[in-house]
Amino acid sequence: MARIAQSLGLILAVIVLNFSLIQLTPGDPAVVIAGESGAGDPALLAEIRADYGLDEPFVNQLGSYVGRVVQGDLGESFFFNRSVVSLILDRLWPTILLVGAALLMAIVFGVLVGVFTARRPENPVSHFATVMALVGFSMPVFWTGLLLIILFASVVQWLPIGGMRDVQFDGGLIASWVDVARHLVLPAFTLGFLYIAQYSRLSRASMLEVLQSDFVRTARAKGLTERVVVYKHALRNAVIPVVTVAGLQFGSLLSGALVVETVFNWPGLGRLAYDSVLRRDAPVLLGVLLISAVLVVVANLLTDIVYRLIDPRIRVGG
Amino acid sequence: MTADGAALAAPGREAWRMFFRNKAAVAGLFLLIGVIVMTYIGPFFYTEDPSDIVARPLKGPGAEDVPLLGTDYLGRDVLAGVINGGSTSLRVAAVAALLIVFIGLTVGSLSGFYGGRIDSALMRFTELFQVLPALLFSLVVVALFEPRPLTISIAIGVVLWPQLARITRAEFLRLKNQEFVKAAKAIGASDLRIILRVILPNALPPIIVATTLVMGSAILFEAALAFLGLGDANNVSWGLSIGLNRANFLTSWWTVTFPGLAIFVTVLSFSLIGDGLQDAFNPKLRGR
Repeated sequence: MARIAQSLGLILAVIVLNFSLIQLTPGDPAVVIAGESGAGDPALLAEIRADYGLDEPFVNQLGSYVGRVVQGDLGESFFFNRSVVSLILDRLWPTILLVGAALLMAIVFGVLVGVFTARRPENPVSHFATVMALVGFSMPVFWTGLLLIILFASVVQWLPIGGMRDVQFDGGLIASWVDVARHLVLPAFTLGFLYIAQYSRLSRASMLEVLQSDFVRTARAKGLTERVVVYKHALRNAVIPVVTVAGLQFGSLLSGALVVETVFNWPGLGRLAYDSVLRRDAPVLLGVLLISAVLVVVANLLTDIVYRLIDPRIRVGG
Repeated sequence: MTADGAALAAPGREAWRMFFRNKAAVAGLFLLIGVIVMTYIGPFFYTEDPSDIVARPLKGPGAEDVPLLGTDYLGRDVLAGVINGGSTSLRVAAVAALLIVFIGLTVGSLSGFYGGRIDSALMRFTELFQVLPALLFSLVVVALFEPRPLTISIAIGVVLWPQLARITRAEFLRLKNQEFVKAAKAIGASDLRIILRVILPNALPPIIVATTLVMGSAILFEAALAFLGLGDANNVSWGLSIGLNRANFLTSWWTVTFPGLAIFVTVLSFSLIGDGLQDAFNPKLRGR
């Protein structure tokens, strides 16, 4: 419960920060709104200020803004004349799909490589993983994406260049899933690439530690096969640090998704944010920022739960 | 103070010797020197103006009458863009890093030194910046204000400081109850003096490592913002070149590959140096 209260506090703080950003932005919103209807005489401006409550003191404005946001009202898009919430809901699932696929791929491959290198430390794969971690961190994500497109969509034409579905797609439900999955491969790999190497180093380190511990020795002494010892007893413990770090990195994954979605034309929140910048659509941009913060907070809570499932000894406080 | 200084110097010299024996770290140092030479001395030798149109657009390397690395979508020299593109990136990243160090050290040292309510308030504040996806927040800040170099540095600075604050805080927590700090308190040194002159010098190694690594992140952020069209459009930069040439990258790979390579090498040099410093100053972490 304490964790949830704390998370709600954080979200409230993000809302206040959002509002402060709007207030700090140069330019008078009344002039912007009047500009859209093509006029700007002082009487109209005063009327608009009264209509939108722009003449009220700062604290009252903040109060009513927080009130609206809590009720799920993030305002209207300047560009689409649609509510920001409905725009964001349209784009939420593609982003979750992309980030989820990237994260899953990074954890699965990362842990597999980590376990492998922990058992064969002098294998060239171990050194390769160390080098890849460094290389992955240093490559700009958009550049990795462009190079992968050149390689896999142009040189050998195995995968689509971008988008989420084939424009001329026509087929059943399963076929449409396959279609989306085909479009997902390159962006998910671009986004997850950096983390595969990182997680392999992490799980390798913890695996090495766990394999030295008493309970693994006990398990071996009991005469359990190596396979059971490694995959049932040790692996569970080696995954914990990876889950911790993965949970903490959800924000940086979303940042990466912003760039990856732009490169691959993936119709998610990041692409929406980018388009909103080009359209000078501030309400949508701030809405995406808020929703992303909520996603990060939720991801952190989920991490705590996953933790508890993996390691029953950890009790979440509260 | 002199006693502290002497005690510090010995392990410090040993650490530097370790750093220079680390091949990867030395390679990083050479890469960085190479990037700096290319950026600040290169333009005197390769005098082509990166905004001049020199040949037909989108001609690849090796074609006739075309500069070494080909031309971009307007017919500008790609090599000139790579050579001149670094100064903006490095300057924006350096100013951002200064800001990151300033905020990180202030928040981290106050938090670690005073503890209690100040600590929990500052840590909540830090958490707020950790739930906001960093690049998205930078994007919002630049989009709402103007894309000038200083604004971009600030936008990068305000999102990347939490890591440095946490490291500084941890060092202050570790050091504040040690003998030499108690001694300084006993002779009546002011809090400010203890923070700046007694604890901070001893907390520097991990802070320097983190600063080196954060320079790499700042360069990546600057490049990503420029790529997304939120850089300083008046000066060439690596990220901007890639963003502008995106429409044609499938048929003319050289327009995006070489500027990207420049970003990669620069960030890699900071990562290698950072890792080398980490190993040298904290030998316990070796082999991880």
